[in-house]
This record gives sequence, structure tokens and C-alpha cells, in this order.
Amino acid sequence: MIVKRTKLNLWERLYLPAIIGGFRVTVSHFFKKKVTMQYPEEKWPVPEGYRGAPYLVKDPEGRVKCVSCQLCEFICPPKAIRITPPGPRGSPEAGNVEKAPQEFHIDMLRCIYCGFCQEVCPEEAIFLMKDYSLTGLTRQEMVYNKAKLLELGGVQNDGIWKWKHK
Amino acid sequence: MMNWFHNLDPTAQFVLFSALKIFCVFALVMMSVAYSVLVERKVAAFIQDRLGPNRVGPFGLWQPLADGVKAFLKEDFTPGHVRKTYFWLAPMITMIPALLVLAVIPFGSQLGAQKMVIADLNVGILYTFGIISLGVYGIVLAGYASNSKYPFLGGIRSSAQMISYEIAMGMSVIPVFLIVGDLNLGQVIAHQAQHGWLVIYSPLSFIIFLIAAFAETNRMPFDLPESEQELVGGYNTEYSSMKFALFFMGEYANMIAASAMMVTLFLGGWTLPFAGLDKPAGNSIAIGVIQIAIFLVKVGILMGVFIWVRWMWPRFRYDQLMDLGWRRFLPLALVNIIATAIWLWLWK
Repeated sequence: MIVKRTKLNLWERLYLPAIIGGFRVTVSHFFKKKVTMQYPEEKWPVPEGYRGAPYLVKDPEGRVKCVSCQLCEFICPPKAIRITPPGPRGSPEAGNVEKAPQEFHIDMLRCIYCGFCQEVCPEEAIFLMKDYSLTGLTRQEMVYNKAKLLELGGVQNDGIWKWKHK
Repeated sequence: MMNWFHNLDPTAQFVLFSALKIFCVFALVMMSVAYSVLVERKVAAFIQDRLGPNRVGPFGLWQPLADGVKAFLKEDFTPGHVRKTYFWLAPMITMIPALLVLAVIPFGSQLGAQKMVIADLNVGILYTFGIISLGVYGIVLAGYASNSKYPFLGGIRSSAQMISYEIAMGMSVIPVFLIVGDLNLGQVIAHQAQHGWLVIYSPLSFIIFLIAAFAETNRMPFDLPESEQELVGGYNTEYSSMKFALFFMGEYANMIAASAMMVTLFLGGWTLPFAGLDKPAGNSIAIGVIQIAIFLVKVGILMGVFIWVRWMWPRFRYDQLMDLGWRRFLPLALVNIIATAIWLWLWK
């Protein structure tokens, strides 16, 4: 590429057009609307299909959808998920969802947000939600248990009422 | 209390008042340095469509405090390969001249019987230029002492740049003293109060002085000694903690000193040409305070110019810088001296 060198005339060589031009640009930007987002107070809109933290969901009647099949535990690449199945007797408060897990741990420090757990889940019980930037003061705090995961996951109203008529 | 004071002999009173003035000026300059850094960051941010520091206090007003605490608490690391004595000396030599220059600047007319200048020297301007010349040693020594290539390059550039522009700067003020006929800065202001600001009589001097001041303080169009992109920060690359902060503060203190000089020499110092503010305050403390405020506002405006320019223009190339200094400003300043001399000879 050949850059053409234009010869500057006296007016341009005086540097004054550059001064005026520079001043115009900077002043106009000085009073423009700022693009800064005040992060912790203001957050960017999370797009649909965003892969945030994985949480457990309940059906509209408040039942745990997870049936402890442990497919997610198996597929999880960083081994962040640990499920304690209910055992042969099941838990009395789980109602007719006799396979609901006794305990369900996700280590959010290990999770890589790949979404395999959501993909592999036959019951549509675990979803990657829109949460990001999870924080805690200890490593222990970052291992979420079942109660916390369910609370954060909320109710999934997807029209599948698998446990209603069982 | 006052009796005790009046019983002191004049020398003791002089020492006491001087110490008080030195303390006030030092405190004020340090405050202004801290806050001009904040203003710099804010202006930079606004020009770049950002908001700048706004987390510490309302509008980020306590940011300088946080910065200061941070600078003090950081590890003061001395690399193994440096020349230790000079490495320690350089930050001090950068900071001290900038503060010393302010000793001769009249920052107000008087408060009561006290003249508002620390040292009322008859050779004020010579003293100023002598001290300003020392400033280059700090940066050159820093470059040399760091014993590594980028600081060294920064040091070389800075010595060449500051020596070149000092000549243009020195030449540019000669017309001022031709017109005034006195080297005392107080007299320069008195002359301006009587006949109008010298920027009107000698605008070329002012322009050359202003541009040379940018070069002397290593500010943006001429900040080759630092040039972050090519020299990794230049002469201060190897410095950390408070030693780095001293370079940083030295730059801003230099800017304040240069602004104060320009206000004194060209913009009428503490005077305003109306409402009787162009005469010494006499017994009125209120007018004395107002005149100090006028001086500070003028310095502030010039500081604003310094800061704004930094975010407006790209850096000069090294050869362009030298060309501008030696082949443009120096001849121009000489012509200006001769023209002023002829003008004074024929019409005064």
C-alpha cells in the first residue's frame, strides 16, 4: 500500500487546525452520555440460553423433579456434582416421588458451566440458570446443597406433571 | 499570647512567619497535587466517555486518600541490578526542585503586614530557572540508576528534551523582563497591575513559554521520557511504592510550579484589573484572602489546560520534538527578544 503524503499548507502547519479539531472532539465527548455501567448496582441483561449456574427445579406443586438417576453426576466433566440417593426405603416427606435425592451437592468452584447436566437429565430437573459471579468467603460455602439449589432454582412450570397422578 | 509574640525580636518573627508560610504552601501544594491527579483521571474518563473513579466517597472525592494509603502500603522493591545510591536519590531530586520553585512565587499581595511570598528574592526568575534545571537530574539519574534499557532510554530522551526546551523557555521570558525592567517577581506583578497583563504585550512569549512548560514537565504532546507504549513507563519502570509516587507527584508539582510561573509572569499574578483588586490589600484581610483565591483560580485554570491537552493530542515523534525546540521556538524566541527590544527603544 502506498500512503500519499500530502503537503501541508501554512495554515495546517501552524498546528492550529489540529488544536481546534482536537478541542472540538474532546469537548463533544466530554458532554456525551457515558457508557460506563455501574456494575454491582447495574447489570447487563442476561440473554436467553445463557449458561449460568446449574440449579434444581421443582414442579408447580412443589415436588422435587430429580429422581437420583445420577446421570448428571456421571457426565459432569469436572466432577462438581455429588448425589446421595434415597436408598431402598425412600424418604417419607418426598411423597410419591420415592426416588427424590436425599442430598444433592454442586461444588460451584468446580462447575465449568458446560450444561451437560441439563442436557443429560431425563427428568428436566436441573437447569443452567442466569446466575453468574457466585461469591462466598469459604470453599465450604461454595458447595451448594439440595435446599439451596432448590431454593435458587425455583419452580419450573413446563406443563409436565409427572408425579401428579402416580 | 500576642504580647509574647510582639516581644520576639524581628528575626525570630521572620523565621516564625516564614515557617508558617512554608507549611501552608507545602500543605496546599500537596493537596493540589493529590486532587489534580483525581481531576486528571476524571477528565480523562469523561473525554473517553467513561465515568472515572467514583467509588471512594461522593464522586470519588476521597480517591486521593485511598491512592496515598495504597502507595505507602505497597512493597518498596529495589531490584538487585540497580545502582542503589542514585536509585534512592532520583525520586527526591525530582520532587524537591518543583517545591523549591514555589518559594519565590508571590501567591497573594499581603495578609496584614506579611507579604504573601515565602522568599522575596530580587533575582526571582534566575533562581527559578536555576532550580528548574535541577529537575532534569532526577529523571536522568533515575534512568541511569535503574540500569536497564527502557528507563535508560527514557532518561536519555528526557535529558535531551529538557535541556533543549529550557533554552527556548529561558529565551521566551527575556522580553518580559525587558518590558518590566526588574527580575523580582513581585515587581513583575506590580508592573502588570499598572500597565495590563504581559500576555497582551508579549503573546508570543506566553505561547513559547506555555509549550516549553509542557515539554519541561513531560506532559502529553512531549511526554517522551515516559511514553508508556514504547518504553514501558520510561524512567520510572523500575520504581515501586512511594518512590514511584514521588515521581508521579513530582510531575504534578512541576505542573503546578509551571502554572504558577505563567500566572505570575504573564497573567497578572494575584491581580484582577477591576474592583480595586489590582492593588496590594493593605489592612484588609478579606481582600488579601480574595487575592490569594484569584491566584489559585488562575493556577487552577492553567492546570486544567495542562490536563485537557494530555487527552487531546498524540505524542510527538522524537525528531519532531527536537526540530520544534531548536529550529522553531529558539529562533522565534530570539526574534521576539529583538523585536521587543526595538519596540521599547523606539516607542518608550
